[in-house]
Amino acid sequence: MRRQHTIVTALALALLAGAWSACSPQGDEIVVGEYGSLTGGTATFGTSTHEGVLLALKKINDAGGVLGKQVRVVTEDDQSKPEEAVTAVLKLVKQNQVVAVVGEVASSRSLAAAPVCQSSKIPMLSSASTNPKVTQVGDFIFRACFIDPFQGSTMAKFAVNTLKAHKFAILTDNKNDYSVGLTQFFRETVKKLGGEIVVEESYAEGDIEFKAQLTSIKAAQPDAIYVPGYYTECALIARQAHELGLTATLLGGDGWDSPKTTEIGGKAVEGVYFTNHYSAEEQRPEVQQFLKEYREAYKGKTPDAMAVLGYDAMSMMADALRRAGSTDGTQIRDALAATKDFPGVSGRITIDKDRNAQKAIVVLKIENGAFHFVESIAP
Amino acid sequence: MDQFIQQLINGLSWGAIYALIALGYTMVYGVLRLINFAHGDVYMVGAMMAYYIAHWLGFAVAPSAAGFVIVMVLSMTACALLGALIELVAYRRLRSQPRSSMLITAIGVSMLLEFGGQRVFGPDPKFFPQLIESHSLFRAGSVVMTNIDALVIVVSLALMIGLRWIVMKTRVGMALRAVSFSYDAAALMGIDVNRVLTLTFMLGSALAAAAGTMVGLRNPKIDPLMGLMPGVKAFVAAVLGGIGNFPGAVVGGLLMGLTETFVSAYLSSTYRDAVAFVILIGVLLVKPTGLFGRVTVEKV
Amino acid sequence: MAGLLHLLRRNALVAVIVLAQWPLSMALSRWLNPYYLQIIVYIGINVILAVSLNLINGITGQFSLGHAGFMALGAYVSAAFTLSLGASVAGTTELLVALLIGGFGAAVAGVLVGVPSLRLRGDYLAIVTLGFGEIIRVLILNTNAVGGARGLTGIAPLAGFGSVYGCAVVCVVMLWRLVHSTKGSAFAAIREDEIAAAAMGVDTTRYKVIAFTIGAFWAGVAGGLFAHFIGYIHTNSFTFLKSIEIVVMVVLGGAGSISGAILAAAALTVLPELLRFGAEYRMIIYSLLLIVMMLTRPTGLLGNRELTWRSWKPGTAH
Repeated sequence: MRRQHTIVTALALALLAGAWSACSPQGDEIVVGEYGSLTGGTATFGTSTHEGVLLALKKINDAGGVLGKQVRVVTEDDQSKPEEAVTAVLKLVKQNQVVAVVGEVASSRSLAAAPVCQSSKIPMLSSASTNPKVTQVGDFIFRACFIDPFQGSTMAKFAVNTLKAHKFAILTDNKNDYSVGLTQFFRETVKKLGGEIVVEESYAEGDIEFKAQLTSIKAAQPDAIYVPGYYTECALIARQAHELGLTATLLGGDGWDSPKTTEIGGKAVEGVYFTNHYSAEEQRPEVQQFLKEYREAYKGKTPDAMAVLGYDAMSMMADALRRAGSTDGTQIRDALAATKDFPGVSGRITIDKDRNAQKAIVVLKIENGAFHFVESIAP
Repeated sequence: MDQFIQQLINGLSWGAIYALIALGYTMVYGVLRLINFAHGDVYMVGAMMAYYIAHWLGFAVAPSAAGFVIVMVLSMTACALLGALIELVAYRRLRSQPRSSMLITAIGVSMLLEFGGQRVFGPDPKFFPQLIESHSLFRAGSVVMTNIDALVIVVSLALMIGLRWIVMKTRVGMALRAVSFSYDAAALMGIDVNRVLTLTFMLGSALAAAAGTMVGLRNPKIDPLMGLMPGVKAFVAAVLGGIGNFPGAVVGGLLMGLTETFVSAYLSSTYRDAVAFVILIGVLLVKPTGLFGRVTVEKV
Repeated sequence: MAGLLHLLRRNALVAVIVLAQWPLSMALSRWLNPYYLQIIVYIGINVILAVSLNLINGITGQFSLGHAGFMALGAYVSAAFTLSLGASVAGTTELLVALLIGGFGAAVAGVLVGVPSLRLRGDYLAIVTLGFGEIIRVLILNTNAVGGARGLTGIAPLAGFGSVYGCAVVCVVMLWRLVHSTKGSAFAAIREDEIAAAAMGVDTTRYKVIAFTIGAFWAGVAGGLFAHFIGYIHTNSFTFLKSIEIVVMVVLGGAGSISGAILAAAALTVLPELLRFGAEYRMIIYSLLLIVMMLTRPTGLLGNRELTWRSWKPGTAH
């Protein structure tokens, strides 16, 4: 009996202790919130983005911070769950009283958390959520990446016009809104340009076995296969396609951008084309500077697309704070909305009237284990 | 026809992996009546161990069959110890308690291995070293079978035969069968139940590690959450075959692999996960104890 | 008329508590940090989930791993209903109707799962319910009308503290009365010994299906509240990991104890928030705590006792 009392009392005390934990006031620093999937199913996106954000933060503070103050980033984990994203952002906004929020990668979590920022009038800048609906939540919600329609249709145009492919197969990550979104716009554009989709197959995030789908695709004899997923699965897909003797050209989106793609895919990813935010071959100082700093900070690691976008999102936010000249939410929002030709790593970013980032898209080709620039397409 | 044979090969080699994991579930269930939720994560640790061992011993850069065998045996040993440790720390004290409490510690151990794995190994996927270079073993028409596919099937088969030998022909195996038949009676007959349980966990975890190593070889991308879905699927396979029954687990695993493959190939890959469960529910409605499950007479 | 009066008198306390939610919710939303309010609302939703699963798992002893599936059905059905009303919905009536529809949708599924459970025992039942939850999730994921992989956006945020705790109180009181009634002992009898219960004239079939139906209904209501609270739903919120989370609440509270389920639901919702200081390590600490808690109190926080006002009184189940 007594032990029960002890445990219940301890629990009650723990609850109270949590309720009393102090709010953090804004002193001689500016607090920006970041939320992401540091644990859970897509922990790799959260941690990559976080690395990019921290790198940008270091650069900002080394240069003296903004508005004469140092910037501090408070990072909260959402365990890769939409409902946890809501809690994380509420904590950032209401308890840490951040002036702005950076995140998330997955559109499902950005969509869940965006209403919190919108109703609290705190600007939110998603680093990599490509679903068009995210910024439609309200005028405080922005993104640092391009949206599904642009990327999906660009690849379709490139494949039909430049590669002269006619018969396409699509292999979609059915659990992932990003992949489903790209598929939809790729399919529409291919049909519009007179191409043909001969077979559509799907898989689920986390799968490692794709041979059943690939065998079916092989039987349909396509010229090219569009695989709009994340490198975590795509490299294996390429590998298994190679093992089955599939010779069709593989096409992908920015989810392919990771050093792991060539590491896991090996010679199977040779000749893959994918759309991306930037090319490491670009001689723009932003790109080269970023690559150098990133490798220095993270033991020679090559950044993936998420790290680049995390870096750009944090830098854009600092730029907006600087131009706003204030930490007032509405003024930061107006400054973000006025972002024009911002020299990001992922290109010159201009925020359009729908609060989406307008920037050029590049097509890369994998050759000899490296990503080579093929062409750049303006929006 | 070519396509059908190709899918058959895909399904069998994939199902062999499920079968190995399912065997571990079934063994533990047989003696402890516990759904060992952490089993799928032991499989993940097996793959991770193999990854690190291969790099430490230098087999990652020099592919050889001997290297593969050494790496697999070492990884199996490491996981056997891990299995024994899990049993000792998380389950032993709860044996006389309600079964649900052991289930919760199993869930706790599973979460610990997953989240701990994300911290220790890092959340991003790793490229599993190619201990044996993959090439096509034969090519007939458009049908391709790689040496890895063949290896997975052969090694799984060998391990299953080995397990059967241990269980049917050795003294510890006899003790294991006695405990799984009746826990109390076995204890009364002077069998050291604790030792048998430790051994069960060691054997089951070693099989999971073998599965993990071979998956690494076959689908060379490993990450800390890789055990989640195969864990559930292998559990389903064990139940499908009749949980607690060894041949049942093997048949269940192969059926699961074949079902997933053929559903993706001939129905729709979008419904793959659902169809596997529909078939399971269908089988259980006709045979409530699975395909090979023992029908226990209920005593009043 | 006399019957109605009697009903009113019997339920006066419940009615007062439910009505008191309204001013309380006004006060809370005004004075309390929304972050805390959010956690408190999540506690309320988890209480409904845990208490309803407790009827199936803890009290009737039917091991179910599919509660997230029922929750998903309730969430999507009720959200589809309010979305079909158009953008102008903003009332308690609409929410109530939506919750009822969501609850009934889930209850129908509960019957569908309850019926096969008549033939299946223990872990076989567990895997069938797990499968059922996954089937529901895959079907929703492939239904474009409710957003598929993109999730369902634009759900009117009709639910809040008042509605969640109103539902929680009704749910707890209803299940408490059901379990502590004469007929209700049948549920516990089935858990303790199904054959003996049947021999004593308990219609085991009927009670098992009732347990599944009522449990699923409330899971559906919880799903509906969840959908109308966060305004956006995605199938990632309803995987089997969510089912396991609810099972953990039931077992940790003490299988069969309603107050235990409430306590555990609150504790396990707050715990990850308290551990936020641990950043990337918090889920590791969480899982360690789970193991330690179970090792030190294997029968759960309250065992099968109930926490009552007077004292630690043993519950009906022994």
